[in-house]
Amino acid sequence: MFVHIDQDKCCGAGHCVLAAPEVFDQRDEDGIVVLLDARPSAELHQAVQDAAAVCPAAAIRLELA
Amino acid sequence: MSTAAPNTRFAHPAARGACPFAPPPAYQQAQQQEPISRVSLWDGAPSWLVTRHEDVKAVLSDARFSSDSSRSGFPFISAGARQLNAGQPTFIRMDDPEHARLRRMLTGEFMIKKVEAMRPEVQRIADDLLDRMTTGRTGADLVHEFALPLPSLVICLLLGVPYQEHDFFQECSRILLRRDASPEEVDTARERLSDYLIQLTEAKRAEPDDGILSRLIARGELSTEEIGLMGRLLLVAGHETTANMTALSVLALLRNPDQLDHLRRHPESVPGAVEELLRYLTIVHSGLTRVATEDVEVGGVRIRAGEGVICMINTANRDAGEFPDGDELDLTRDARRHLAFGFGVHQCLGQPLARLELQIALDAILRRLPGLRLDVPFEDVRFRGEMLIYGVHELPIAW
Repeated sequence: MFVHIDQDKCCGAGHCVLAAPEVFDQRDEDGIVVLLDARPSAELHQAVQDAAAVCPAAAIRLELA
Repeated sequence: MSTAAPNTRFAHPAARGACPFAPPPAYQQAQQQEPISRVSLWDGAPSWLVTRHEDVKAVLSDARFSSDSSRSGFPFISAGARQLNAGQPTFIRMDDPEHARLRRMLTGEFMIKKVEAMRPEVQRIADDLLDRMTTGRTGADLVHEFALPLPSLVICLLLGVPYQEHDFFQECSRILLRRDASPEEVDTARERLSDYLIQLTEAKRAEPDDGILSRLIARGELSTEEIGLMGRLLLVAGHETTANMTALSVLALLRNPDQLDHLRRHPESVPGAVEELLRYLTIVHSGLTRVATEDVEVGGVRIRAGEGVICMINTANRDAGEFPDGDELDLTRDARRHLAFGFGVHQCLGQPLARLELQIALDAILRRLPGLRLDVPFEDVRFRGEMLIYGVHELPIAW
């Protein structure tokens, strides 16, 4: 799995950090998404898919290899 | 309430049915029979009413549906709600890129780790309120002694607003959120609250503190008036919503003793329970309003440019396609896909704070009040049907 984020789309709601804190963080200055791990290990895939599903701004795109 | 205009299904807002926790039956019937239907508003204007989870998400995440209430055709729930949106708009009534520019000045204030760092302070405030409420007594009104002061104290602390003024700003908020308030009442309350926050911002220019108002001043990008209006938005949004969710959640748990019992036995499941309560109760019961800026097809229905759309997040959150047995409160359900905070780029900015407050409030109430019970007959509880934010006016409890 490859994870792509779009910081321009992000509205800082924070769902991704709640769903998959190992993969997503928020920038200190404005709460915009930061990608910690673009190729998360298999045990994190469900959490990353949950994060993408609840993102209100469609700022997370997943490439399922 | 007006009668439905020709070619519309019913008048919005519709009346509730027998269960005070459930959306009005007319909306649930619409979801079954005609999920995107025409309704008529208080002034006779027609609007689209969107009731399914998938369609609500589609509208709220599509930039062709505008939040700008100055656009022709924008639907208003009441005369008061129209007046609330008169005057200078805040960013919730703007579209991107201007909306994003202003919202991003605040997203850092409500990010997960920053809100999480407030946990000990919010916990202390909750414990203090419960100490005061319970000492030497066996009953109280949960709304006025806990559910409302908790988020009020927290948002005051965050903004740098003196809590001693709570009678004033809570009264203004109440008027602004009444669906039956006259335009004159709304105008007066809005201006009084705006003036208060603009003056407060002016005072912070001279004497800054570590609150949000002072930090917005320090950015040097906004006028005193713009900061004051942003502060007004955060102050109103920051206490009415959590206050009503807290009290209504407690009442819903008391009416579902098996669920209450489950939560008492599994206090670690409070965060998930909060999501399910947000879904089940969806206190933003009048819907989220947009206007189409071009012709858009949603769920097989063609919505024309200039037509109003009302997204019913309460019926969307009980859509059987998304939440089987959605009319049941089931605290073991994964309810995270609920739309109680909206969806799209306007989704609630303060939701991490709301979650933190609700988690702490529910946990503290269950822990501190083992004999919790309703102190009046359920039929006597006054529900906030006439308010933009649903809930209860009072919640007399005993323990």
